[in-house]
Amino acid sequence: MATTATPETLPAHDDAHDLHSHADHKPPFFQRWFMSTNHKDIGTLYLIFAIFAGVVGGAISGIMRAELAAPGIQYLGWWTSFLGGDGANFDETLHLWNVLISAHGLIMVFFMVMPAVIGGFGNWFVPIMIGAPDMAFPRMNNISFWLTFVAFCSLMMSAFVPGGTGNGAGTGWTVYAPLSTSGSPGPAVDFAIFSLHLAGASSIMGAINFITTIFNMRAPGMTLHKMPLFVWSVLVTAFLLLLALPVLAAAITMLLTDRNFGTTFFDPAGGGDPILYQHLFWFFGHPEVYIMILPGFGIISQIISTFSRKPVFGYLGMAYAMVAIGVVGFIVWAHHMYTVGLSVNEKMYFTAATMVIAVPTGIKIFSWIATMWGGSLEFKSPMWWALGFIFLFTVGGVTGVVLANGGIDDNLHDTYYVVAHFHYVLSLGAVTALFAGWWYWFPKMFGKMHSEFLAKLQFIVFFVGVNTLFFPMHFLGMQGMPRRYPDYAPAFELWNKVATDGYMIMSISVAIFFINVFYSLIAGKKAAPNYWGEGATTLEWTLSSPPPFHQFETLPVIDDKAGAH
Amino acid sequence: MGIRRTVQYIAGAATTLALLPQAALAAVATTEAPVGEAPVAEATEAAAAAAGGYVPMAPTPGKGMPVDGGIWFQDQYSPIGDYGSWMHDALLMPLITVISLFVLLLLLWVMVRYRRGKNPTPSKTSHNTLIEVIWTGVPVLILLGIAVPSIDLLAKQYESPPEDALTVKVNGYQWYWGYEYPDNGGFEVISNMLDEEEALARGEPHQLAVDNRMVVPAGVPIRIQTMGMDVIHSFAVPSLWFKLDAVPGRLNEKALFIKEPGVYYGQCSELCGVRHGYMPIAVEALPKEEFEAWVLEQGGELAGAKEEAAAPAAADEGEAEVTTEGDEPAAADVTTA
Repeated sequence: MATTATPETLPAHDDAHDLHSHADHKPPFFQRWFMSTNHKDIGTLYLIFAIFAGVVGGAISGIMRAELAAPGIQYLGWWTSFLGGDGANFDETLHLWNVLISAHGLIMVFFMVMPAVIGGFGNWFVPIMIGAPDMAFPRMNNISFWLTFVAFCSLMMSAFVPGGTGNGAGTGWTVYAPLSTSGSPGPAVDFAIFSLHLAGASSIMGAINFITTIFNMRAPGMTLHKMPLFVWSVLVTAFLLLLALPVLAAAITMLLTDRNFGTTFFDPAGGGDPILYQHLFWFFGHPEVYIMILPGFGIISQIISTFSRKPVFGYLGMAYAMVAIGVVGFIVWAHHMYTVGLSVNEKMYFTAATMVIAVPTGIKIFSWIATMWGGSLEFKSPMWWALGFIFLFTVGGVTGVVLANGGIDDNLHDTYYVVAHFHYVLSLGAVTALFAGWWYWFPKMFGKMHSEFLAKLQFIVFFVGVNTLFFPMHFLGMQGMPRRYPDYAPAFELWNKVATDGYMIMSISVAIFFINVFYSLIAGKKAAPNYWGEGATTLEWTLSSPPPFHQFETLPVIDDKAGAH
Repeated sequence: MGIRRTVQYIAGAATTLALLPQAALAAVATTEAPVGEAPVAEATEAAAAAAGGYVPMAPTPGKGMPVDGGIWFQDQYSPIGDYGSWMHDALLMPLITVISLFVLLLLLWVMVRYRRGKNPTPSKTSHNTLIEVIWTGVPVLILLGIAVPSIDLLAKQYESPPEDALTVKVNGYQWYWGYEYPDNGGFEVISNMLDEEEALARGEPHQLAVDNRMVVPAGVPIRIQTMGMDVIHSFAVPSLWFKLDAVPGRLNEKALFIKEPGVYYGQCSELCGVRHGYMPIAVEALPKEEFEAWVLEQGGELAGAKEEAAAPAAADEGEAEVTTEGDEPAAADVTTA
């Protein structure tokens, strides 16, 4: 955000033309896509993978919403038979429900949002934005991606092996012991744990790669305090990954040995404690939610600044607000555990600490608005998504303040109110930021302009759909409907029906997304290097669209005379 | 839709009978009398009279249960529920509504005022220390305003019940609840969900109705202890603002005070396996005398009798014996934390 480099003066830009044959020398197909060491190609692989996983996870939620549209069990039996189980066995059909909720959560967290924002956009734009030719460890980058892919395969396989009452792991994405140990015989849960191990290893390697790249490979003049906020967001995210994921790995390794080798870490019969697992899981799990949303914050900052033609307001405050969110995110985990029997002092501490997070988050919201204040706003499609993000994330954030109160959570814990809250910050927050980033950078990545009309139409349909889908869940939760239920009391019917209608509207927006992607790739106009105009000041806009296969072989020099802040 | 969900309940009822030590309760459990507004069947009355007079209370529509299309908390019937819902309704809800609308208004304002057509030249402002201090400081003050009642609410929720409060030990099983009364001889009531036909026949909401309810006295402090007998369950009753996990190897305890007689429904609120959605909770609060009659009917003894005994220690021993005599196959191998 703080660069004055222009397409005319930048050496890298010359690369794209004068050294075309060298910079654009691409390996043959198999080598290029299966043995890739190029950060842009790996980013593209991550994005394709995330879209695929998102479709799978979204289809699963479609099955869930169809089942919940009316009281009673309508479709689960059919799906159980379809997946090779006994559809007439009521317990087996109910087990399938638990498999679906678990798979939806795991896929969306580990195989959709994380690969998209960190693996996809992070890989694509972090090196370019800091003026680096590639990531620090290109081969490790490659294995990070393929481990994610194998992890996904392992999770999919778990659905076809016994997991207790039926096939698949029906433990919820949280995999709480003892349901996941003594409560789930059969190899399905082991497959799921293995999947998490691989995904975790992949993320740790990715985190090491990003931290090393950002600390060591910035172009001359690109100080930490001049890095674009998206790079800051990925840096903070990488630290969260590096610190949180080993704890998850430890927790699920203990699960694995409890399950298979007779240890009793989480089994009171041998002196263990099921609550210990929850502490370990949420010590990872809470930073994890920031891992999912922080890169989104970074994307939104870039977009708001670009389309306001103004540098981000309070740049340092924005960067350190993310650092603060990351730090505080590590000391609030037990607010996910208010009902397990914490002592009153623990509960008071976690209530107070959790509310503190609202402060840096508020700084971000207000700074985005202040960036637009006095700006010259242009409403291109990414700006629509970014504005939608700010509002939806605010709505999701304020219900977080409600849930932060341990005394209020005693009623709302594990109800649909919680489901509504975390879908507002993730499904409507992180995913909205994803789409914003997608349409912001799509022409840059693929060299073809997309349809602004379709991208805006997609936003409108998505906005209406997700709000219809998730807002009524606040009502259901306050009325007391618990999470993870395949069936419910008749009083909950109305809002469940509305939510399912919302799902159908939302799915239309996904169709519009795909139409736009394929239309643009086939018939889109060729994208100029800087198709958003003078507001777009980061280094990716100094390169061609798509950028040359190797960029910045001569490093760009960042002139700070006209620094943006 | 081609799916049979009845077998389990028959099996569940059989388990119930096998587990219950008291013949009297068995009589009530097997009668399955239709209650509600409809007049109680003669046979039921006879059976109930023979067993001591307890007839499950007919639930009041809309009380202690979700209402059709409801968008707010269920009406609250405990002091903590009053406090909690007050804090939500009077403090949190207005606050978050105002904040959301404030952000929305600011967004709309900048979209209109600073659109390119209206403001072609952007300002260069990127700092304003005063406003940054304000939007950091004001939220801190707001959060402090929330924290004070919030901490107070927590303190109230953790107030210990008086020593002589009635103890009910709630045991979570896959997938039913057991309600144990250690102060009253240690008998355990096993509670399974009723299927749809039976629930409707009894005039109760299905998915919430159970065969044997957790019966407690209204208007007196109760000590609820929860424990999971296999995996983690969670004992939750929304209209009493009560939710406490039942964890294996750990005895959780929390005070409960129900203001008036009634039937209050809840559901298991921690994923516990296949039939997680099929182990509802029904709490029936009765006037103290009726509760005591119910206890005697279960073959239990009254807590007061213990106080009258000349040697309290001896009475305690007797109680302990009763507890161990009770059939608790699942509880036997669980270590108490």
